[in-house]
Amino acid sequence: MKKLIALFIAFVVPAMALASGGKLMYKADIDLTNTASLQRGAKIFVNYCMGCHSLKYMSYGRMARDLKLSEDMVLENLMLRWGADKKIGAYMTIPMPAEEAKKWFVAVPPDLSLVARSRGKDWLYSYLLTFYVDDKRPFGMNNLTFKNANMPHVLWQLEGLKKAVFRKEKGHDGKEHEVFDRFEYLTKGSMTPDQYKQAVRDLVTFLAYVGEPGRLAHQRLGVWVLLFLAVFFVVAYMLKKEYWRDVH
Amino acid sequence: MSKDDADLSRRRFLTAATTVVGGVGVAAALVPFISYMAPSDRAKAAGAPVEADISKIEPGEKITVLWRGKPVWVVRRTPDMLERLKKIGDRLRDPNSEVPQQPEYAKNVFRSRKPEYLVAVGICTHLGCSPTYRPEVGPEDLGADWPGGFFCPCHGSRFDLAGRVFKNVPAPTNLVIPPYKYLSESLLLIGDDKGAA
Amino acid sequence: MMEKKPNALLTWIDARFPLSKMWKEHLSEYYAPKNFNFWYFFGSLALLVLVIQIVTGIFLVMNYKPSATEAFASVEYIMRDVPWGNLIRYMHSTGASAFFIVVYLHMFRGLMYGSYQKPRELIWIFGMLIYVALMAEAFMGYLLPWGQMSFWGAQVIINLFGAISEPLAEWIRGDFVIADATLNRFFSFHVIAVPLILLGLVVAHIIALHEVGSNNPDGIDIKANKDENGIPKDGIPFHPYYTVKDIVGVVVFLIFFFAVVFFKPEFWGWFLEKDNFIPADPLKTPEHIVPLWYFTPFYAILRAVPSQLGGVLMMGAAIIMLFLLPWLDRGKVRSIRYRGGIYKTMLTLFVISFLALGYLGTQPATPILTNFARVFTIIYFVFFLAMPWYTRIDRTKPVPERVTFK
Repeated sequence: MKKLIALFIAFVVPAMALASGGKLMYKADIDLTNTASLQRGAKIFVNYCMGCHSLKYMSYGRMARDLKLSEDMVLENLMLRWGADKKIGAYMTIPMPAEEAKKWFVAVPPDLSLVARSRGKDWLYSYLLTFYVDDKRPFGMNNLTFKNANMPHVLWQLEGLKKAVFRKEKGHDGKEHEVFDRFEYLTKGSMTPDQYKQAVRDLVTFLAYVGEPGRLAHQRLGVWVLLFLAVFFVVAYMLKKEYWRDVH
Repeated sequence: MSKDDADLSRRRFLTAATTVVGGVGVAAALVPFISYMAPSDRAKAAGAPVEADISKIEPGEKITVLWRGKPVWVVRRTPDMLERLKKIGDRLRDPNSEVPQQPEYAKNVFRSRKPEYLVAVGICTHLGCSPTYRPEVGPEDLGADWPGGFFCPCHGSRFDLAGRVFKNVPAPTNLVIPPYKYLSESLLLIGDDKGAA
Repeated sequence: MMEKKPNALLTWIDARFPLSKMWKEHLSEYYAPKNFNFWYFFGSLALLVLVIQIVTGIFLVMNYKPSATEAFASVEYIMRDVPWGNLIRYMHSTGASAFFIVVYLHMFRGLMYGSYQKPRELIWIFGMLIYVALMAEAFMGYLLPWGQMSFWGAQVIINLFGAISEPLAEWIRGDFVIADATLNRFFSFHVIAVPLILLGLVVAHIIALHEVGSNNPDGIDIKANKDENGIPKDGIPFHPYYTVKDIVGVVVFLIFFFAVVFFKPEFWGWFLEKDNFIPADPLKTPEHIVPLWYFTPFYAILRAVPSQLGGVLMMGAAIIMLFLLPWLDRGKVRSIRYRGGIYKTMLTLFVISFLALGYLGTQPATPILTNFARVFTIIYFVFFLAMPWYTRIDRTKPVPERVTFK
């Protein structure tokens, strides 16, 4: 038994660690129970992201309920729809047709319902914090987390523009590599760097929520299920002990 | 192996305790599976109240709107039609709408909030066919005493222009009147009557 | 049961259906050795997981749409809009991995205690068939969410058959790539055909077991030592002794199971892979395609062989070896407790290689890692192929007459 456990630790655990992937520059440190942060994130998403990105598996009604927003507030301020489409049960789709999108951008902006689950919250956070000016790119911006990303830096007015400074460093193979050193701000944004970080954190919190809206309730239920099983274990174990007194 | 030293009462108690705790667990486990089959959020959203614009209905005409996947009729009744409704009570099974097939505000001769407009679920209370609208008086196929109403082609059930069922037809009750309210003079909300006067 | 006066309903049923007889044969008068240890929980746990998978599966099918355009969205619909859909889906996805954990431990038990040896060869063969059916079930089930990993994982595995013949791969897919037709037939197999086969095999597995009786950690034939009533001296009725014991096992298992279901359903990408949250895209391959963890030992063997066809054959051979186990083992004792050092060493090496291959199968195939995979593949096969020789010369210890029971 002990050997097996040792084997498990020797092989499976490092494999798990490796599977979590490459290094990211920042940790998102989000809190899904922070309703205020979720609400701010939703607002940023609708104002800055939803021009191009849908959340097609998410309904406005569910968002209103979970984020403790009134349905009227959502209808008035967060729903860019008119007429018969303006219903609280509607999904957060956008009207941009894929063909048009392909012409405007190089690729179709993906639906972001599940981006927090496919990319991870830390990736999203790092991505939104590592845009820098690069004249070689079509939109004049590049990104350290997602090299040659096609997305323009939509939040640049909030953050301001920054450039990335690289330094040369000798790698293990003895060759010189360009290594990221620091960012330098070129223009000021409407937010301070700390405010911007918080805004991005809010946005990532919101996207993490959208990735799995039922997560918190699911986990709360899990606590009760495990408590119940613990009680069940005690009773079942005593019953087993009682019967097995017969066996000599 | 021997049962001589077994404490039978303790054993019975523990068996009962395990059965009860296990039973509670199984019962609790049924909850998700049973609830799973109830209407989902999407189905509920699709069943949300619908608006109907009634400004363009000519007198004597009927429009059909879809609410929760069912046809809902809105008929603009003429004064003649309304007059006839008052006179045929003795030929109907439930002329005063005693059977709760309608909200309280539709428990009247016209079965509506405003006499002029009938709002009814267009599904026969017999076996669920959708009756046809036959507003004309005394047509050949329905007989000279036909006062205008709805005729179900499936099994011949007959309803008047207030959705009240005639006697001696298969349908047992009047047509269902859904909850509804007037958002304005020309706009109806079907499926919701909260806050309406 | 017996002291009570006969129940009228039961008498009525028994005259028409052997209910009491079956109850006695399989539970109240099925005498199992009293020295079962930790490793003997996993058979009943496998049955439990099978039930969980079937029940949750039935409910998932109520909302799942087996169509290339709708499958992904229907899974998200279950996860978000259907009441309790996320719980039932996570139970099913966690159950798939739990099934393999339990079955691998169950198989390892058989290896340790020689449970496949005469007269239990058929139990082992049925068990192996269950294992193969389970792999087919898991493989086809993983296509259904129609994410990137579903798509490309299936693409890679089916192309293995392309190594044998391309028309064969096309026949399996029903198209030139993984497509709607593939999804539809995999759905059919996953929800109807393979579960039926699995159930039939499980019944056969248990009937065969109850015919010859259970083995035990000492590998002793308890029927050789009976009392005056013809009951094995080391046997105890399965019910109530092992039913109450298995309830404890079930509860402990459920604690682990639900801890994963509720708190780590992705299990850090091992049960639900990140890339599978992206809808299948035939134009874009994920950077790193890995089969789910339970296939990776065989995947590593496949990649360790330099030729494509050779790899496929080796992978098949790796599974066939397990089938042959009852005839490869020429040892005079069953249990590892009385085997000699050679068998113990070989089994340890086998377990190490199996785990190592499993790990290597998840890693990108760099030259160094591929060489490691080759070494472990050789050990894997040597364990089986050299078995007739080393089990015969191994110095076994004398087997006691009665089971060890503290």
